Amino acid sequence: MIRHLLAVLLALGLAAPALAQSPVAATLRGDTPPTETATPPPMAQWEEGAGRRVRNYPEQPPTIPHDITGYIVDLNANRCLSCHARSRVEESGAPMVSITHFMDREGQFRAAVTPRRYFCTQCHVSQQEVRPLVENTFVDVDSLLAPRTGE
Amino acid sequence: MKAFLLRLWRLISRPSVHFSLGFLTLGGFVAGVMFWGGFNTALEATNTETFCISCHEMRDNVYEELKSTPHWANPSGVRAGCPDCHVPHEWTHKIARKVQASKEVWGAIFGTIDTRDKFVEHRLVMAKREWARMHANDSLECRNCHSAESMDLTGQNPRASAAHEEFLLTGEKTCISCHKGIAHRLPDMAGVDGWN
Repeated sequence: MIRHLLAVLLALGLAAPALAQSPVAATLRGDTPPTETATPPPMAQWEEGAGRRVRNYPEQPPTIPHDITGYIVDLNANRCLSCHARSRVEESGAPMVSITHFMDREGQFRAAVTPRRYFCTQCHVSQQEVRPLVENTFVDVDSLLAPRTGE
Repeated sequence: MKAFLLRLWRLISRPSVHFSLGFLTLGGFVAGVMFWGGFNTALEATNTETFCISCHEMRDNVYEELKSTPHWANPSGVRAGCPDCHVPHEWTHKIARKVQASKEVWGAIFGTIDTRDKFVEHRLVMAKREWARMHANDSLECRNCHSAESMDLTGQNPRASAAHEEFLLTGEKTCISCHKGIAHRLPDMAGVDGWN
C-alpha cells in the first residue's frame, strides 16, 4: 500500500513540472493558443524597383525584383517568358532566362526552356522586405572564407 | 409580285381618306418614339452582365475566370463587367458589334461551345477575334477607363512606367498588345506574337 502511494506521489512529482509549463508551443503561428485567432501581420509589399539582389550562394535561384501578381504560368502560356525568353529580351530589356534552363535531364541543351524548368515560381520568388520566420545562422561563403584568407 | 408592289405603292402614295393629317403625324411621332425607346431598351437589356451569363457557355467559362482577376475585385473597388470591355460604347460601333454577335446566337443555338472541351478547343479562335478587334480600334474599350492622357507614369512602378513610355505613349503598341489574358485565362499561346 505504502509502495503504491509512493509510486503515485513520485509520478505526480515527475508530472508537476510538465503541468506547470505553458501549454502553448512556439510555432510559426506565434504565441497565440490554437483555440484563438491570431492577428496576422500586414501583407508585405512587393519590392518594386529595388533592383536585383545579390545571391546568398552561387546556386541560389535569383529572386524576382518585381510584382508577379496575376502572372499566368500554365500549359498554355508563360507570362514570365513573354519578357525573359531568349527571343523577347531585346524588346523587354529583361535578363534572359539562364542557359541551364535549356538543359534536359540527359544533360542535352534544347532549343527552348525544358518542361522541368518551365514553372518559374517553383524556384524563383518575388522580393519582399520580411523578417525570416525562423532565426538561422546562415553565413555568406565569402565572410566564412575571409578569416582564413587573412591568415 | 410586281402587282403587289404596285398596289402597295398606290396605297402609300395616295392621301389618306379616313384619318386626319394631325392624327397621322402625331400618331406617327408617338409610334416612332415608342419604337425607338423599345428598341434601345431591348438593346440595353442585351448589354448587361446578367444577359451575358444567362448562357452557361459564358457563365461557366469566362465569367468564372473573370472573378479571380483585378477587373472583378481590386483595391479601388471599381469593377468592369462583360459589356464594359466587349461592347463598344459608341452607338454606331455598338450596333455593328451587335450585328456581328448574331453569329454568337447561332453558336448558342447549335452548341458550338456547349461543353468545356469544345470551349477550350475554340478558345484560340475566339481570343484572336477579340485581340484583332481591340488592335483595330486601338484598345478603345480599355481606354474608356484607362486613358493614356490621365495616366500618371510617376505613380507606376519603374518597370511599368518605362514600358508605357516606350510603347504606349509612342503609339508603337496598344494596350492589348501586351495585356492579354488579364481578365480571362489564355489559350495555347504558341505562335502568338510576343509569347513563346
